[in-house]
Amino acid sequence: MDTFQETIFKLKKYWADRGCIIEEPYDTEVGAGTMAPSTFLRVLGPQKYNVAYVQPSRRPADGRYGDNPNRLYKHQQLQVILKPTPAEVLDLYMGSLEAIGIDLSKHDLKLEEDNWESPTLGAWGIGWQVMLDGMEITQFTYFQQCGGVDLDHVPAEITYGLERIVAFLQGVESVYDITWAPGFKYRDVRYFDELQQSVYNFEMASVDRLWRLLGEYEAEAQGLIDGYRVEGLEDAAKRRFPLLSAYDNVLKCSNLFNLLDARGAISVTERVGVIARVRKLAVGVAQAFLDQEKYRAVA
Amino acid sequence: MLPFLLEIGCEEIPDWMIPSALGHLRDKFDGANVSVDGTGRRLMLRASLEARTADKEELVTGPPASVSGKPLEGFCAKQGVKLEVLAITETPKGKYWSFVKKTPGRAMGEVLAETLPGLITSIPWPKTMYWPSLGGPRFIRPIRWIVALLGSEVVKFDCAGVTSGSVTYGHRRLGVRGPLAVTVENYEAVLEQNFVIVRAAQRRAKIEAEVAAVAAAKGLKAKGDAKLLEVLTYITEYPTAILGGFDASYLTLPSEVLVTVMRHHQKYFSVENAHGSLAPNFIAIMNIPSDPEGHVVNGNERVLRARFNDARFFYDVDQKKPLADRMDDLSHVTFQAKVGNYLEKTDRLVALARELGGEDAAAAARLCKTDLTTEMVKEFTDLQGIVGGLYAKTQGASEAVAKAIYEHYKPLSMEDSIPSTPAGQALSVADKIDTLRSCFGVGMIPSGSKDPFALRRAAQGVVKVLAEGSLQVALPGLTGGDENLAAFFRERIEYYFREVRGFAYDEVNAVLAAGFADLRDTQARLEAVKAVRPTENFEPLAAAFKRIKNIVTQGGRAGEGAMDVALFTEPEQTLAAAAQQAAERTGGYAERLAAIAALRPHVDKFFEKVLVNDPDEKVRENRYRFLRDLEAKFSSIADFSEIVTS
Repeated sequence: MDTFQETIFKLKKYWADRGCIIEEPYDTEVGAGTMAPSTFLRVLGPQKYNVAYVQPSRRPADGRYGDNPNRLYKHQQLQVILKPTPAEVLDLYMGSLEAIGIDLSKHDLKLEEDNWESPTLGAWGIGWQVMLDGMEITQFTYFQQCGGVDLDHVPAEITYGLERIVAFLQGVESVYDITWAPGFKYRDVRYFDELQQSVYNFEMASVDRLWRLLGEYEAEAQGLIDGYRVEGLEDAAKRRFPLLSAYDNVLKCSNLFNLLDARGAISVTERVGVIARVRKLAVGVAQAFLDQEKYRAVA
Repeated sequence: MLPFLLEIGCEEIPDWMIPSALGHLRDKFDGANVSVDGTGRRLMLRASLEARTADKEELVTGPPASVSGKPLEGFCAKQGVKLEVLAITETPKGKYWSFVKKTPGRAMGEVLAETLPGLITSIPWPKTMYWPSLGGPRFIRPIRWIVALLGSEVVKFDCAGVTSGSVTYGHRRLGVRGPLAVTVENYEAVLEQNFVIVRAAQRRAKIEAEVAAVAAAKGLKAKGDAKLLEVLTYITEYPTAILGGFDASYLTLPSEVLVTVMRHHQKYFSVENAHGSLAPNFIAIMNIPSDPEGHVVNGNERVLRARFNDARFFYDVDQKKPLADRMDDLSHVTFQAKVGNYLEKTDRLVALARELGGEDAAAAARLCKTDLTTEMVKEFTDLQGIVGGLYAKTQGASEAVAKAIYEHYKPLSMEDSIPSTPAGQALSVADKIDTLRSCFGVGMIPSGSKDPFALRRAAQGVVKVLAEGSLQVALPGLTGGDENLAAFFRERIEYYFREVRGFAYDEVNAVLAAGFADLRDTQARLEAVKAVRPTENFEPLAAAFKRIKNIVTQGGRAGEGAMDVALFTEPEQTLAAAAQQAAERTGGYAERLAAIAALRPHVDKFFEKVLVNDPDEKVRENRYRFLRDLEAKFSSIADFSEIVTS
């Protein structure tokens, strides 16, 4: 039986052997692997890019103080982006399951319709949730739009839910009983992260300050987006313009929105408005980033 | 004739879209013996086709015979023919230059190669993706291969990045993993060897038989579920049933919750014991032929256990705060942004439900939306109302109140039943009417295919409850004087009687024209019209009524005032006497209609012998009065002039 980390090694090796760059997790809080720049920005434009990375993903509202065997504040996704999508993409994906020890002639695998959409990112695609013996283990999406921009290629996004897959492989009922490394359980590594972050997210996060921070990060992001749009900016200035920093600020906004949501601080009516604010930023960065493509190409 | 086979090999198409996509292919394909079938990974079409399309000859006419010179040469040039082939043709309109244009038939393969790409990409899908890159054709999912065989020949064409051939693929993970060469003859057999059953009927039958068998092996019975059966038929290529179990301690949870988890979240059939109560088992359909090591059963049991644990957790948390204490929480739940929250809706509902159904309905209305704040409904939204009813009962509400809450979202569709109790019917109507009034009040009126708040379904539900239930409620009082809403209801009523109850459209028009404030009464009148219609006198009488109506309408103001019997001639006297008798006839609508129909010979005689537009103005006026009186007398059941007579 493979440990949690061993399974991750195998998946990374599998995709590395098939031409993927193996990146490390992005260092700003994200709600999903999709939000890391390696997906959100790299799917834009005509450049080819194949990448795989584990992304710890924060969903403040899903925290359960470490009590619930299946729900986590922070879970680990293995994100694969194939751009453009190879014709045998689903065979490749199924091969990856076999590479981590799932004999698909003895297990029931189904692809059930599940179209993905992120209103905050102005992104959507169509695809499936992959069900293995009745359990959802992967989200598979053909990206159509990101940051409100139609994509030149149709990249495939494969998002593995690592805790679920490994709990399945190890035959444990609770993610906390997963063996992470020899002698260490998932509990040993992550329990206090779940407990304390749940306490913070649900009980102690300062609502007023979070709202202020949201405003600050929003202003920072918007300021940069506007700065890029200033007329007469020279090519060299465009090339070095920090749109990637602008995007970091968008990610901060998104995480603050999720925190405020978990605190119950956002009413239903406000919700729509805040989502629109974040989407405006995401779309602004995406469009600018696409424009910057031609300047980046110049040495 | 040559056999033709088309297979569009695709990545998994959503199950619910497959039958209509196949229907489109069948309807749009030109050929004999066209049949279609398929799975999520392949849409198949078979047909018999001629080897060549037929030679065609058509007469092309040009300018009139009087034309010559340049214009005639122009016609020849345009048509690509020489002047010598032109001849003069006589037509009803005169003489024209013409020639016979011969178009030789073409090889069928050539024609198919041209038309198939368009046919394939014209399949309408509810949601599409472009592929393989921006500007590419739109389809439901990527097409990965196409088999197109006419007899033994490949029909060669390109479509959505794929070139057609004679190669298919079997089950994703079983049998041969590479390409499989097929012929028109061995296609199904090769696939079946490779764990694909192409025919949906065969997969459906396999599922049904195995579900029954695995249940029976344990002395159990699977709960029938036609919708789930369809889903499973189209998400599998080689379906096989397995029986799993769960700990009997979960049976303390409401069975509605257990069944919802199994059906909606896991696509399992639930299972009953000999006494008809839920057994701690489920039946899953897998897409492989066997589970010898029990991996699939174990995996599914494990997932179900986690789901049931969640449900139990939600149930326990919910019980800590009774529904009655959740009223204030409803002020935080938005009913509709422009309309307000659920607390405000509840206040309106209580008043309306009391008016329609008395105190039980009002008590149920007070609690009926509180389950929206429960963890159980947040997780399993399909169980709204049902959870409220179950919780209300355990928290001491009366059976009548609990049942009314439980059923108040009914009917969910026109196939669904209406609430079974008077209080439930009152609450169901009150809830939907409030939604309709509120939305129409702020201008949210459905148009075309846009109906985001399912207002049509709400109105249709009201119509169904009023027509089939026991409420004594007049519809006009419910629409609150909103003309748009009244018109909206009129459409829904027509739809209900026509499409749901199967009455002919002219019968519906005729009966609705006589009023529809009371839908139960409307229905009784419709049934009577339908019953009496086939009798020999009815349609001729209806035709006569149409004539009467036309005369009266064209007569304008003629014939206002009281009728003077002294001016009647013999046919009028006879008809008037018979009409009076018929009008006084008591009994059901059918008897009364039969009596009216029996007037036919008298009406016929009247029109035969009497000239309505008599030269004498007094007589003429009186005849108008008489006809107007007749029309009024017999229009309370239906407006017969709306009946379309053959």
